[in-house]
Amino acid sequence: MNGAQDLGGQHGMGPVAPEMDEPYFHAEWEKRALGLTLSCGAFAAWTIDESRHARESLPPATYLSASYYEIWTRALETLLKRHGFVSAAELAAGQMLEKGSEPKRILTADMVPAVLAKGAPCNRPVSAGPVFAAGERVRTKNFNPETHTRLPRYARARTGIVEAVQGAFVFPDDNAHGKGENPQWVYTVVFDAGEIWGEGADPTLTVSIDAWESYLERA
Amino acid sequence: MTSEDAMHNHDDHDDEHDHDNHFSDMQARVKALETILTQKGLIDPAAIDAIVETYETKVGPRNGARVVAKAWSEPDFAEWLRSDATAAIASLGYTGRQGEHMRAVFNTPETHNLVVCTLCSCYPWAVLGLPPVWYKAPPYRSRAVIDPRGVLEEFGVTLPETKKIRVWDSTAELRYIVIPERPAGTEDLDHEALADLVTRDSMIGTGLANPAGDAR
Repeated sequence: MNGAQDLGGQHGMGPVAPEMDEPYFHAEWEKRALGLTLSCGAFAAWTIDESRHARESLPPATYLSASYYEIWTRALETLLKRHGFVSAAELAAGQMLEKGSEPKRILTADMVPAVLAKGAPCNRPVSAGPVFAAGERVRTKNFNPETHTRLPRYARARTGIVEAVQGAFVFPDDNAHGKGENPQWVYTVVFDAGEIWGEGADPTLTVSIDAWESYLERA
Repeated sequence: MTSEDAMHNHDDHDDEHDHDNHFSDMQARVKALETILTQKGLIDPAAIDAIVETYETKVGPRNGARVVAKAWSEPDFAEWLRSDATAAIASLGYTGRQGEHMRAVFNTPETHNLVVCTLCSCYPWAVLGLPPVWYKAPPYRSRAVIDPRGVLEEFGVTLPETKKIRVWDSTAELRYIVIPERPAGTEDLDHEALADLVTRDSMIGTGLANPAGDAR
């Protein structure tokens, strides 16, 4: 979706403002927000792709003015409501009012080290071989779905070179919306800055994205 | 840029009151969520403590620094990193969440690498820990792909005009670690002393490794 999350190349966002000796957390609630997001992810009720789509679906003004832990928290509220774990009335009351959905799994403290150390790999076997090979010229498609995609606007309808075939991975554009994992080959595609930004682009700059096969056509 | 400049540039600086209210609002929302989910038996508050402790004390940029130090010292390991970074990094015990599919990209005298996630906050947690606020915020995410030299200047890094810059936008599930160039005069340092020179920012590409004199 062409939401506020698709930031590449936008102007006016201000200086980066790196913070010296930045602490891991800037408030106690950020720690709880991290832990809640991971704990609720462990329910296995939604995928990481659905989470990302919930975050980018926040109103743009909210998204752009929120810290990332706030974005996570607001999206978590959406996901918990959508999947029946928590109701709007409960969020307003700050208390449990009714029984909700039962998760497949509840993350307990003893499970944490193993769960974090294992992660959640999202490469998958596919029967067909990759359509494109390293060194090939490809063009990204031009599309503007209202649904989730990982092809940023700045990299649509651009010609680049396949630098590497990276394996087959869950396709987020489908998986975010409950349409299945439908894995596809992923390629690292590199573009000259001039192809993306045109006049005045830094001649020393190249930018790469990791693109699912259906984002690409032969150039 | 100094930390004082950074503070003065912070959006909330001019309105401390709103800033405080906003923080207490988020505190209340998160507290409500944790209360409801705990009452329902859906979460274990001790699991949250364990997650936080993991990223405060166990999984951080020292992991990545050890990967870099080993790559600098052992050509075979560097080669393994190039061909299968996930396995090479796992051999040091660094695995798991947001490190499942790793790629290592090597700075050279000709090319500087910079990593960003323009679409969200993808970051190699297994080797660098939790991302800093600026990495997840609009200024870095918007500018890294169009004006990387301007971004680097804000980190105090000025590259030669002829140096090529390659920006890696983490749009899929591959997570990137930059292997910075090894500083001169470090031939006699052991792995731990080398790791002391490897800053977090140098593994994102917003910094360079520190010079030899900075080893502890």
